Parts: sequence; C-alpha cells; structure tokens
Amino acid sequence: MTVTQQKLANVFDVKDLNVYYGSALAVKNVTMAIPERQITAFIGPSGCGKSTVLRCFNRTNDLIPGARVEGKLTYHGKDLYAPNVDPVSVRRRIGMVFQKPNPFPKTIYDNVAYGPRVLGMKVNLDEVVETCLKKAALWDEVKDKLRDSGQSLSGGQQQRLCIARALAVKPDVILMDEPCSALDPISTRRIEELMKELKRDYTIVIVTHNMQQASRVSDMTAFFSVELQGSHRVGELMEYDRTEVIFNSPVKEATRDYVEGRFG
Amino acid sequence: MTTLQETDLDLSSASISPLRNYTGKVLTVLSGVFVAIIVIPLAIVLWDVAKEGVHRLNWQTLTQTRFPPPGLSEGGFGHAIVGTLMVLATAATLSFPFGVLAAVYLSEFGRGSKLAYFVKFSCNVLTGVPAIICGLFAYAVAVQGRGFSAFSGGVALAVLMLPIVIRSTEEALLLVPQDLRLASIGIGSTRFQTTMRIVLPTAAPGIVTGLILALARSAGEAAPLLFTAFNNNFWSTNLFGPVATLPVMTYFFAIIPYRPQQELAWAGALVLLAIVLIASLISRFVVYKTKL
Repeated sequence: MTVTQQKLANVFDVKDLNVYYGSALAVKNVTMAIPERQITAFIGPSGCGKSTVLRCFNRTNDLIPGARVEGKLTYHGKDLYAPNVDPVSVRRRIGMVFQKPNPFPKTIYDNVAYGPRVLGMKVNLDEVVETCLKKAALWDEVKDKLRDSGQSLSGGQQQRLCIARALAVKPDVILMDEPCSALDPISTRRIEELMKELKRDYTIVIVTHNMQQASRVSDMTAFFSVELQGSHRVGELMEYDRTEVIFNSPVKEATRDYVEGRFG
Repeated sequence: MTTLQETDLDLSSASISPLRNYTGKVLTVLSGVFVAIIVIPLAIVLWDVAKEGVHRLNWQTLTQTRFPPPGLSEGGFGHAIVGTLMVLATAATLSFPFGVLAAVYLSEFGRGSKLAYFVKFSCNVLTGVPAIICGLFAYAVAVQGRGFSAFSGGVALAVLMLPIVIRSTEEALLLVPQDLRLASIGIGSTRFQTTMRIVLPTAAPGIVTGLILALARSAGEAAPLLFTAFNNNFWSTNLFGPVATLPVMTYFFAIIPYRPQQELAWAGALVLLAIVLIASLISRFVVYKTKL
C-alpha cells in the first residue's frame, strides 16, 4: 500500500443516513466519508443535526429512547449498525469528548485510569495515566496533584482531563461535541493546539458553533443546514469538502451565506 | 430613541408602587411567623423531653438490664437500647438491599417503563400505609404461630422504611448528572459498570443520608412493635424472642401511675431522641467526609 493510498483511507463511510427521534425525522440524506488522521469539522445553525450525526458515529444515540437510524454507516468498512455489533465495544474504539467538561468525581489519576480499569486492560496504569496526561498537554500542570479531585481543576483543564480520559482506552477516533463552547479563549486555543497534535495519531471529528475554530483547525468541513418541514425542523448535509473550499469558494449559496455570516 | 424622563431615573424604592413594597414586607413577616410556628413547638418538645428525661438519665439507667417492678425505682433500660438496636439492624438488613436495588432499577434501568411506574405507584401507596398496619402485616407474616420476636419487629419496621429508602435513594440517583453517565458509557463501559463505579459512588452521600433518616424515622415507632417485638422486662439477645424496645417501653411506662416508671419513660424518650440526633449527625458527617 502506498503512502497516498493510506492518506486517502476513510475511517467512516456514511451513505444515505437518516436519523429519527420517534417518528420525527431529525436529519436526512447524509452521505460523507471521514478521512483518517484528519480533523473534520461539522458546522451549521442550531438544530441542524450536527451533534445528532456525531452521536451516530459511536452509537450514543442508542441511549436516547426512540432514536432510530436508517442508511449505512461503516467504520473501517464494518457496518456500525449491524445486528452483531455491540455498542459498548464501538465506544471503546471511538471516544467522545462532550460540550461541558464532565470529569468523574474521582481523583485526576482515577479519572484517566477509569477506562483501562473497566475494560480490564492489562497495562501499567501509572504509565498510561502519565502518557495520556502528557498527550492531553495537562501533565505538567497536574503531575504533583494526581490525587486531587478531577473536579477541582479549571474548566479548560477539566476538558483536557476528559480528553486524556478518552485517550486512555486507546481509541482511534475521538468525537468532540462543541468541546470549547464552555471555555474561555485561552483554554480554547490550548485545546485547538492539542487537537492539531492529536491528529497525528487519531482521527478527530468536531462539532463547533465557532466558524473561526472550524477554519483554524479542520482539514475537512461539513456544513449542515436546517429546513422546515411542516412544523418541525429537519437537518440536512448541504455541503462537504476541504475546509478551504467551504470557506473560500463554496458551491452552494446557503454555505456561502452561512460562512460569511449572512443568514437568517 | 425615547427621551428619558426624570421619573425614569428615580431608582429609590419610592418609584416602586406602594402596593408592591407593602406586599413584599407583609409576605416577609408572614414567612417569618410561619418559621417560628414550625420551630417553636420543636424547641418545646426538645426542651420538655430534656427537662423531664434528665432526672433519671444516669449510668444505672443506661446499663441496668431489667425494668423495675411497678412503683420501685431500681433497674434501667440497657436491654431496651440493645433491643431497639436489634430491631433496627434487622429492619435495615431487610429493607436497605431491596430498597436501594429497587431505586437503582427505577433510576438506571427501568426509567419510563411500565414496571417502573407500577413500582413507584406501589411505593407511594406504601408511604401512606399507617404504621400500625405495617405491624399487623408483620404480625400475620412473622408472629402468628411463632410468637413475638425482635425479628418480626424488624420486618414491621422494614415495611415501614422501604418506601422511604426507595424514594430517597432514587432522588439521590437522579441528582447524578446525566453527563457523567454519558462520559462513562462513551469510554466503553457497560451500563452495569457505569452504575456500580460512577453513579452509585457519586450518589453515595445522598443515599447514606436517606438510609439513616429512614432508620431514624422508624426508630421512634412504637405502634408496629406493640404486637411484633412486644416487650421484655429482662435482658434478651434472642433475635427470635420478644425484646424490649425504647418506644414500646416509653409507651407502657408513660401510662402507668408510678412516678419512677414515668421518669424512666421520659429518660427513654430522651435517649431515643439522642439516637436519632446522633444518626443524623453521622449521616451529615459521612456526606461531608466523602465529598471529594
């Protein structure tokens, strides 16, 4: 296999994905391919279904009663919604970082060690905790207080702790659902730098409301839009391309309006 | 833009309509009065029990293990304290596991299901069942044919506590942020692991408080024990024989016309209050200690 072929390899292939909550269609006709070791950003107005699509990738939508997925979603060629797929093992490979930092009410050490422990991974926990905290650019700040509560950290540190916690189970994809929306600009900048570091080893998909953020960090950008169908709103993938294309020369009028701030 | 009038810039309380000012003050006073109405009887009860109970509150009363014969002032109620603890231990052993597990089902696994609804409904009904009915139930189940026993007293109190345990535990579990469950599941742990390692430890202080308050609530019940644990004038640690308990002793001694026995009843009431108070303090302490 040549280098170029490897670069083009896709982690996720999505084809004609429809997501329903109960009988209501939430997102329709999503077709896209997420490339390996790249950062893919989902942008779009509220209610357009970016988070919904993101949650399909590690099947956290399963936890919402009534949520249902149609279409095909493959991960390294394997159907994520095949009947023999266990969502628990999916989530082990595809980690998630949430909008609000949500460290467990445990020590910093135990937060990171939680994943390896519950999965029964036979690893040197001290080592895993140290490497993951280093990868998450948090080690220097917390190495002397690993026994302190994870919730005693600042918001930005908590979010990096959550990233370290996700890395500890050795995933190959990290999904981030507006990871910086609860953080100040300096913490945001640190997380963005971190994402660029992490993309050497991981595939990252990020949902963001911040278009500058998408243009700064991502390689690919997907623009989702929302349309009214009767009384309820249905999200839709409008355009998906390399980030510079989306921001500089988008094909669709709606995309141009949105990235230039002329919408609504 | 509209031009500002002088009256728009009046930021003193005079600019608020007198009725609003007045109503606010009246309601503040009113709520103060109601607080007093709640607190004063409580203080009187505590003061009365302390004043009357302290006469006989001495080492002999606490350690002697036989009730005095009518009219005599020897003896004490050490065995009634032990009996109360035996009955409470039995009640806790029976109700805590069932109650906590039922609450875990309601909050973690069966949320929104028909069964959960049914369990909650039964729980609400059970909350309204009078204590004496719980005693009758335990009498029918555990006493008839076997005789009075500490165990049957425990059964009666367990029935009484069960709905309180379920509801307080469920409330503690519902307070655990959904984010934490998602975070745990997002790492690839199962729901069982999430419940055991994240949800229960996070809710533990709240759960423990609920358990101890349920225990404290049932510690003072005399009615369900009258025909289950019954009473015993002498020392007994036989779980399957009748034992003396503080509430029942207080009841019996308060209604007989001998001064020493009445004093003993007061002292018993005081000890009962102290047990409840200490239990509440311990639960507060546990909450404080485990808060990370």
